[in-house]
Amino acid sequence: MRTATILLLLAALLVAAVLVASGVGPYRIPPLTVLEALAHRAFGGAGGTTVDTVLFNIRLPRVVAAAFVGAALAAAGAAYQSLFRNPLVSPDILGVSTGAGLGAVVGILFGFPVVAIQLLGFVGGLITVAVVATLASMLRGSGDVLVLVLAGIVVGALAGAAISLVKVLADPYDQLPAITFWLLGSLAGVKASDVGVTAAVVLIGLAPLVLLRWRVGVLSMGDDEARALGVEVGRLRAIVIAAATLITASVVAISGVIGWVGLMVPHMARLLVGPRFDRLLPAAILLGAAFMVGVDTLARSAARIEIPLGVLTAVIGGPLFVWLLARNRRKLLP
Amino acid sequence: MTVLEAKNLSIGYGSVAVASGLSLSVSAGSVTCLLGPNGVGKTTLFKTLLGLLPPLAGQVHVDGKDLAQLDRQGIARHIAYVPQAHSADFAYTVLDLVVMGRTAYLGAFNAPRKADYDVAMAALDRLGIVSLAGRDSTRISGGQRQLAFIARALAQQARIIMMDEPTASLDLGNRILVLDTVRALAHEGLAVVLSTHEPEQAFIVADQVAALGRQSRFVAGAVREILTSQELSRLYGVALGIEQTPSGRFVVGPAPSH
Repeated sequence: MRTATILLLLAALLVAAVLVASGVGPYRIPPLTVLEALAHRAFGGAGGTTVDTVLFNIRLPRVVAAAFVGAALAAAGAAYQSLFRNPLVSPDILGVSTGAGLGAVVGILFGFPVVAIQLLGFVGGLITVAVVATLASMLRGSGDVLVLVLAGIVVGALAGAAISLVKVLADPYDQLPAITFWLLGSLAGVKASDVGVTAAVVLIGLAPLVLLRWRVGVLSMGDDEARALGVEVGRLRAIVIAAATLITASVVAISGVIGWVGLMVPHMARLLVGPRFDRLLPAAILLGAAFMVGVDTLARSAARIEIPLGVLTAVIGGPLFVWLLARNRRKLLP
Repeated sequence: MTVLEAKNLSIGYGSVAVASGLSLSVSAGSVTCLLGPNGVGKTTLFKTLLGLLPPLAGQVHVDGKDLAQLDRQGIARHIAYVPQAHSADFAYTVLDLVVMGRTAYLGAFNAPRKADYDVAMAALDRLGIVSLAGRDSTRISGGQRQLAFIARALAQQARIIMMDEPTASLDLGNRILVLDTVRALAHEGLAVVLSTHEPEQAFIVADQVAALGRQSRFVAGAVREILTSQELSRLYGVALGIEQTPSGRFVVGPAPSH
């Protein structure tokens, strides 16, 4: 099948997932009614029905947030896999998630409001990767890939230790559950006002990846070859790291730490459209968004309590990943 | 006509020079073999000529332009790199691999278009491997992969092609195939520079030999002038002799001990 057809089908899948997910919950709304309400709102009709209230105040912000979280993690994962020439790399290889986690748990420890916690998470992620990149370039001029990964492991371990310390210091009845829940990932607290900002930052971060898609793919041939083919490797790598960090930090700030998506979705997309980054990126974005919308719907509707997203992505993602690898060994493991 | 020229080059990493005072001139339609024992800076020289490492002193000129004055795309339009036939980390098709050679001509935000694929297909055709276009580049033989990398260099439409040990880890049939290809490319007017560990290959394929030895000892010239028993023995630090077979081939081996 042609790539364009596959991308159209994936887009259709995402739309369907959003329509169905918006209807699922204690107050059920059939997908057609969701569509009707959306059309009504789009053409300036008066709202105010129960459907409108549930849809626009509760369901859609969360569903849209889930779509952006999935798209961002999958895109960052795909970019890093190309950059580090390794299909087993995930968006938090340079410590962005751990850093964001540290920022957020410190915010929870001091009892800051939710907005401040999100901001601290975002800034924590950015600072961590900045430290990793600086450290790597201090250790070896241009900051090559191996040194970057090692610096990421060291700084990530330090941030992880700091998170553990905060957990020990935290109030075990009030703060510790909040910290644990945040570190496992959830979209339960997402408000309509958060979604706009996150969406904007994610789009800003995605733009360079989409524009430079061909060059990012060439980067996967290794530094020397990419240079000889005409790519300014150092500059491109800095741009990719900055963009991937920006989008990961911005979604981790509202959703908490969600593993697996950034590793697994690019693989699923690679099975559909092949390894070329210029085709992989749009497929990973659409698939990641649809996947996360589905998982988040399960998280809030499968049980009486809200299931942490990190738990669900691991439970669904782990076995699915093994199954994919087993079925497509030849394609995925050269 | 000279297309690649190194003038009084000092090569090395950081501020430590590995070798200095190297001068070399490569003309269009010729094959130059770069020889030398391990650890004297052959790879460093190779990378410096390719513009991957800045020279510590001196200049490299391609088609009359100083490499230091060109950006990556500019360099890539003059000089192409054929790496050792490694397997890519992702299962790109041969055509996807070859069309990467068009990167030097693409705008920063563009992906290859129809015209670029045509150039890539023409490069495959030139090497007689059109049938490999849709194959997974990680699942073809080493010799086929080497040809695919050469096709990528052709798609790059540079006049100079630098090959890093193009026959390393290939079987005998594929070695001959690759060396024949190298000759054919030179015949079509390209300048080919290849590094090798086998002096015998220079007799088969080269017009010129550049030999880098210890203590920056660097000699370049016609094959028969440079590749003498004395020079080879000095280069590799063991007593070597050259014999000619009845069919006219040259064989390098331990010097006869009499």
